[in-house]
Amino acid sequence: MTTREKEMAMRWLRSFFNRPEKAYVHPYLAGAVLGVVLFLAFLLTGNGLGSSGATSRIDAALVDIVAPAHVDNTPYLLKMAGGDKNPLDDWIVPVFFGALLGGFASGARNGRLRLTTTKGPNISNRTRWLMSFIGGVVFLYGARMARGCTSGQALSGGATLAAGSWVIMLAIFASAYLLAYFVRRLWL
Amino acid sequence: MIFPLDAFTTVSAANPWTYVVFGCIGFAFGYTLEMAGFGDSRKLAAQFYFKELTVIKVMFTAIAVALTLLFGAVGLGLLDFSHVWVNPTYLGSGVVGGLIMGVGFIVGGFCPTTSLASASTGRIDGMLFMLGGFVGAFLFGETERYFDNWYNNSGYYGRLTLDQVFGVSAPVVVLVIVLVALFMFWGSEQLERLVGRKDLSLEPRLRKLGAAALVFAALAVLAVGSPSLEDRYQQLSFKRTEVIKQAEGKPLTVTHVYSADEMLGRRLVFTSPAETFKARYLQAIKPVYLDVRSESDYNLYHLADSKNVPMERLEKIVPDLLSEPPANTVFIAISNDEAAAIKAWKLLVASGVQNVYILEGGVNRWIATFGAQDAALKPLATAGADQLRYAFPAALGDRYKSCSPDPIEYEHLDFQSRIVLQLKRDKSGGGCG
Repeated sequence: MTTREKEMAMRWLRSFFNRPEKAYVHPYLAGAVLGVVLFLAFLLTGNGLGSSGATSRIDAALVDIVAPAHVDNTPYLLKMAGGDKNPLDDWIVPVFFGALLGGFASGARNGRLRLTTTKGPNISNRTRWLMSFIGGVVFLYGARMARGCTSGQALSGGATLAAGSWVIMLAIFASAYLLAYFVRRLWL
Repeated sequence: MIFPLDAFTTVSAANPWTYVVFGCIGFAFGYTLEMAGFGDSRKLAAQFYFKELTVIKVMFTAIAVALTLLFGAVGLGLLDFSHVWVNPTYLGSGVVGGLIMGVGFIVGGFCPTTSLASASTGRIDGMLFMLGGFVGAFLFGETERYFDNWYNNSGYYGRLTLDQVFGVSAPVVVLVIVLVALFMFWGSEQLERLVGRKDLSLEPRLRKLGAAALVFAALAVLAVGSPSLEDRYQQLSFKRTEVIKQAEGKPLTVTHVYSADEMLGRRLVFTSPAETFKARYLQAIKPVYLDVRSESDYNLYHLADSKNVPMERLEKIVPDLLSEPPANTVFIAISNDEAAAIKAWKLLVASGVQNVYILEGGVNRWIATFGAQDAALKPLATAGADQLRYAFPAALGDRYKSCSPDPIEYEHLDFQSRIVLQLKRDKSGGGCG
């Protein structure tokens, strides 16, 4: 590539990151769009949305590469990756990667691509990073225990009137609200 | 019923479009979450301090809209609800898991998919949440074996929906949820005004129109109602392939599509005693023998391993039959002749249960086939239709020799095979994984 071409390529790449930031879409509108997406998912495939299952499956695939004997010894992993089974061969995995791409696309289009940290005003970046990591560990542990997260249980299960899903949704909100006061330093 | 589309119920390398479809669904999902602002953990956490209730608004609008569209489609006969994945209810692990998730939510400021939207747009906290998520899910896999009995059994109710819990029709629950959601939105706006000091006059007035439209749609769903069992029965279709040997050239494979009544008329869902007996020894299928006769008949004589589910109770167990059995389960309905079993078959297939068959000739023909030599089974000439044609000295249940015929003695049996396995989508471990 000539210097000029390189310059143009860099400018095109950078244009993703320097767009003027657009406002967020109104919650009701976003919710309505999400509702239509959820409905279309059920209509076309019989499945709703989901996410935490893909995390388990990616984990299982990684363990299967690094320590396949361990897969055979762990019943939870054996179900997904035992023998010839490919744990990534499940509808939820393309949904997971699609969601990553979709989030990126929206961020790019709306001028929100930025290497940054979102946090409350009274804590340091470091604290926030540690809390995010811990939060992720705890959340996904609970999500696999409940067999789904806010998208798999609350949204999808909610929309199909699954009794257990509504209970799970209540539990998530109840515990978060109860704990909120005690961790308010993180956010307020 | 056209939807859901069989081709898209699961991913398969044989049909690569499935990956595209699911990828696009995921794309739309991630895009919508990011455009709502959920890449920013502060927006998510604000929910729990009543400053900004975007999470509730987005979530419940999504649920209310999806719910109304879904049950509208079911009511119109467009979508077959029995083919829609409904998360099974596990109250024990569900409640504990939900409580744990709440902790992760308020500490980490994300849920899994919002962390994806956040990570993909450059937020380090989103990336760390995502990374932590992989660790958390891994830890669960490692520790699950220590409580797997509780995990799999505590508070397990199978496929249970709110309309069944409250004993009302699904469209009624839809309307109630829509109204509750709208009330919550009103409440959220008041909280945002009081705690978050938001100026509500800046909110688009269109939202009131949207709310009205949603209520109207929910009322329409109520008016349409749910398709009756009779409607669903009439809309059923069964595929059977026939291989016709040609005089010259390759054999011809023809696919026929039959209605439920045609399947009955052509005797395509009747399994002979021989096939019913052999089913137990076939690796590929798992037979479940449903004896729909009265308890007294069952106690006089029944096939070994058969379950007694009298007709009156059959409707109640349909949700169980729909939810858990492995994909290769084949149900065989059994009555004395065929009348009750046919009624049972109609009920089960109309309810969406797959792989249901009828024992041809019922218990009477079974005894004639396998129990002809048994002196204890005396033929009864005076029996009426669908009644036992034999007299039994005592209620021995399945302790006659013919109840479980010897596979070696009956190794060679001539019969025309009727069982065609309709593979259900195997939800390998549940919807969300």
